[in-house]
Amino acid sequence: MVSRLKLFLPLILFAMLAITLFRGLSLDPREMPSALIDRPFPAFSLPRLNGTGLLSQADLKGQVSLLNVWATWCVACRVEHPYLKQLAQKGIPVFGLNYKDNDADAQRWLEELGDPYRFNIADHDGTLGLDLGVYGAPETYLVDAAGVIRYRHAGVLDQRVWDAVFQPLYQTLMAESGDQ
Amino acid sequence: MKSACLWCFGLLMLCPGPVQALVETYDFSNPELEVRYQDLTEELRCPKCQNQNIADSNAPIAQDLRRLLHQQLEDGNSNAEILDHMVARYGEFVRYRPSFGGVSIILWLAPALLLLAAFGVLLLALRSKSVVSNAGVASLSTEEQARLQSLLNKAEQDS
Repeated sequence: MVSRLKLFLPLILFAMLAITLFRGLSLDPREMPSALIDRPFPAFSLPRLNGTGLLSQADLKGQVSLLNVWATWCVACRVEHPYLKQLAQKGIPVFGLNYKDNDADAQRWLEELGDPYRFNIADHDGTLGLDLGVYGAPETYLVDAAGVIRYRHAGVLDQRVWDAVFQPLYQTLMAESGDQ
Repeated sequence: MKSACLWCFGLLMLCPGPVQALVETYDFSNPELEVRYQDLTEELRCPKCQNQNIADSNAPIAQDLRRLLHQQLEDGNSNAEILDHMVARYGEFVRYRPSFGGVSIILWLAPALLLLAAFGVLLLALRSKSVVSNAGVASLSTEEQARLQSLLNKAEQDS
């Protein structure tokens, strides 16, 4: 009986290998969870884009919000932009982190394409980007009312990503902050 | 359609920042710092390009990390402090030599465990082989032994 089972050993090994490799094919290596999930938004003090005064992490608190990392040199951000405007129109607070960009270009971009952001943090040298673990634009962070990072999406935020991930999380967080 | 979208997305993700062909050089106040800088840039992984360390990568993020590394070395931070700082922001992913513990413990122990398992299989295979051959000898009954003996005797007489 046991020796019979042994005959199937190569087949079993093959099946296991096939399952492992098949799973490997469907995984996205870029889908890395942020190291800052469930941690408070890093402290910063940076100028407001096209405004006066400094912004800090305290300015993000008070409501469940999205923080979108963007730049005018980022082609994918242009693709994402109309969807951010839709979200803003629905009343979802969207903040911008203008990442390693120059103010004049960023200003022109917002004038031409519309401005979905409540305010923009001007991170010229990418220092806040480094503290956030940003590795490219666009990235979008979901921040809760207490200023804690709850989710990070690297890449374009579109209807599909919103429906699959952000919408359920956003609802949960809204319910949580409503309870408090 | 869906795969086309994914392709477009993939291509867009490749969009680089401002391209700079030159790799910057840093001045160190102490030659020992420069050696540590070289070691650390080879150990730290570029989060954007994934299969390059930050010494080899020219991605904007790798440049930023090199600048941060230089600054932290000059500030007198230890290697452990610098690695902790990087891991706190980019996760364990950023180290090519992950720390021993947590999820990465499986990475460290897997080679030894697999080697042990291989020896185990080898041992079992050798054992079962010798058991089979012994069993073959022992399975001759006394009757068969007697018959074998008579055949051998007969062969001897014939020759």
